[in-house]
Amino acid sequence: MTVESTAARTPRRSAGSKAGTTGTKRTTRTTAKKDAGAEPQLVQLLTPEGKRVKNAEYDKYVAGVTPEELRGLYRDMVLTRRFDAEATSLQRQGELGLWASLLGQEAAQIGSGRALRDDDYVFPTYREHGVAWCRGVDPTNLLGMFRGVNNGGWDPNGNNFQLYTIVIGSQTLHATGYAMGVAKDGADSAVIAYFGDGASSQGDVAESFTFSAVYNAPVVFFCQNNQWAISEPTEKQSRVPIYQRAQGFGFPGVRVDGNDVLGCLAVTRWALERARAGEGPTLVEAFTYRMGAHTTSDDPTRYRGDEERQAWEAKDPILRLRRYLEASNHADEGFFAELEAESEALGKRVREAVRAMPDPDRFAIFENVYADGHALVDEERAQFAAYQASFADEGGN
Amino acid sequence: MADKMALAKAINESLRRALDSDPKVLIMGEDVGKLGGVFRVTDGLQKDFGESRVIDTPLAESGIVGTAIGLALRGYRPVVEIQFDGFVFPAYDQIVTQLAKMHARSLGKVKLPVVVRIPYGGGIGAVEHHSESPESLFAHVAGLKIVSPSNASDAYWMMQQAIQSDDPVIFFEPKRRYWDKGEVNPEAIPGPLHKAKVVREGTDLTLAAYGPMVKLCQEVADAAAEEGRNLEVLDLRSVSPIDFDSIQASVEKTRRLVVVHEAPVFFGSGAEIAARITERCFYHLEAPVLRVGGYHAPYPPARLEEEYLPNLDRVLDAVDRSLAY
Repeated sequence: MTVESTAARTPRRSAGSKAGTTGTKRTTRTTAKKDAGAEPQLVQLLTPEGKRVKNAEYDKYVAGVTPEELRGLYRDMVLTRRFDAEATSLQRQGELGLWASLLGQEAAQIGSGRALRDDDYVFPTYREHGVAWCRGVDPTNLLGMFRGVNNGGWDPNGNNFQLYTIVIGSQTLHATGYAMGVAKDGADSAVIAYFGDGASSQGDVAESFTFSAVYNAPVVFFCQNNQWAISEPTEKQSRVPIYQRAQGFGFPGVRVDGNDVLGCLAVTRWALERARAGEGPTLVEAFTYRMGAHTTSDDPTRYRGDEERQAWEAKDPILRLRRYLEASNHADEGFFAELEAESEALGKRVREAVRAMPDPDRFAIFENVYADGHALVDEERAQFAAYQASFADEGGN
Repeated sequence: MADKMALAKAINESLRRALDSDPKVLIMGEDVGKLGGVFRVTDGLQKDFGESRVIDTPLAESGIVGTAIGLALRGYRPVVEIQFDGFVFPAYDQIVTQLAKMHARSLGKVKLPVVVRIPYGGGIGAVEHHSESPESLFAHVAGLKIVSPSNASDAYWMMQQAIQSDDPVIFFEPKRRYWDKGEVNPEAIPGPLHKAKVVREGTDLTLAAYGPMVKLCQEVADAAAEEGRNLEVLDLRSVSPIDFDSIQASVEKTRRLVVVHEAPVFFGSGAEIAARITERCFYHLEAPVLRVGGYHAPYPPARLEEEYLPNLDRVLDAVDRSLAY
């Protein structure tokens, strides 16, 4: 039984008084020391070795999961990873301007995503490719904004999956407001807001905790703590484990092994059930790891060592479910081979779709600026058209 | 002795000099420490000056500016980085309601020498919120000074002056010019921070710009010269205050003015310049002051940004229209 603990990570201390101190001799510490009495508890149903661990509280939420459903979760994770790898390659080939990889976070996203009902509503960051997959958003639709042909590109109401949000934390308030609306309507749907360890520092996130608690909103705050906010480790964001913040706002928080898809499924189902039952918000901290760079623009070798990555590689979310499937005879060679073929086909489909994605019409700049129109937009569009036409007159463009 | 260096490196060197010469100077922001900033503007500074002076902050822009205000109240001179233009808005409240006004509210007793660095502008093929030009949103607020260098030397010296300023300065860095190299002489004696510079003398029309658009205007002037037109290019350098005297002097000579910025034209800095110069130079002007800038639309996705941003043809088009009056 391996229970991950933040205790393994030593808080970084300030270089402090060494260079350029300006005043007293007081020792300053820029990183807070952890409270020894608050050792984080971690919900884990599947160990990295693929062993099923009993859990009195959460087993019941996955008790009915059939072998077929387990294979489904495995398939979701494999295909999501394949899609993600394809997108990374497409960026390298210049087909995408940028890509934010979810590598390593498949279990957190598939586990939570598969806990949702169709009528639930998702408010993602910009890395929730696995959740999008669970919602039935076509993966190629996610790539428009990374290719630079649009700033969103899907109908949020088509799959109850909001547009990606780049300004971190903003969407937690939208999720809360949406949940307040759900409650006012007397519906039993739930809302889930995704965010990261970095965003947990934003005022908007604190305000969303406040509002959701005060209005008892049916919202689940799903924080994927992937240990790194670009170059900053989580201890730069929080003195306590992030899930413990919920207590101060008056609702429960729990940390789950974010690389354990069953654990994530169980804990999210529990949190959603609370929301549906009118018990208000819940904070889930999925303890996971960003295996790749923050985005394709980032170079993690500048700020973290490879040993850490290797340690997390041993806790890979896909590998552990495969071990479990194999050990319990829930999947045979044929299943894995078929999935491999499906995976390659998905990669090919995504590749071709992206390469065929046309550049937007230049007049798209002026589209949808307002719902009811605006005289200045009309005027500027007309000027733009006349300007473009002036090239046509000269035989250009 | 003058060294040739990239604009980003010039800011880095300027910050290094400030940290070195004044123990009260602090650098704060997201990823500014070990990583050296996403554009490497603060590269190596934490290594050399320590974590107590070059501070990786939590990801909270309101927190960054708000605590910088507190540190300034305590006697420090924080230079804070907002990672991208579109991320400044959580801090907008602190900047507008607190940073800009505290000096006046304290009847002059409190000074807030805070520099807010913001990489801004487009042209780098980025995703949403990474290419905007929000300078007018700050210029509208009394109590803030706003500058934007166009070249490495100005970046170096204007940063020195911004840090020395006892007023809060929003320092807009033209991110698409970060890699452009220019001479920087650390022993030079810089001119005033808010004074415009004539970067190319001309007689037929004045192009006024700042930050990323100065280089474009120089290219426009080159292109126009091939057609026998002699354009003057004015690098405004400062958006608040604006050096109207220098613009006036230029326009009294050329009688025509085109203002170029990436920010939307509607309520942009060009509008203010057009109004003031019309007041000051009404009888000198041969044409209305024209503006070239962004449209009244959200900043478009990367594959459309070349259509949205002022470019050589669009500025030349404005030059033609002005000269046609």
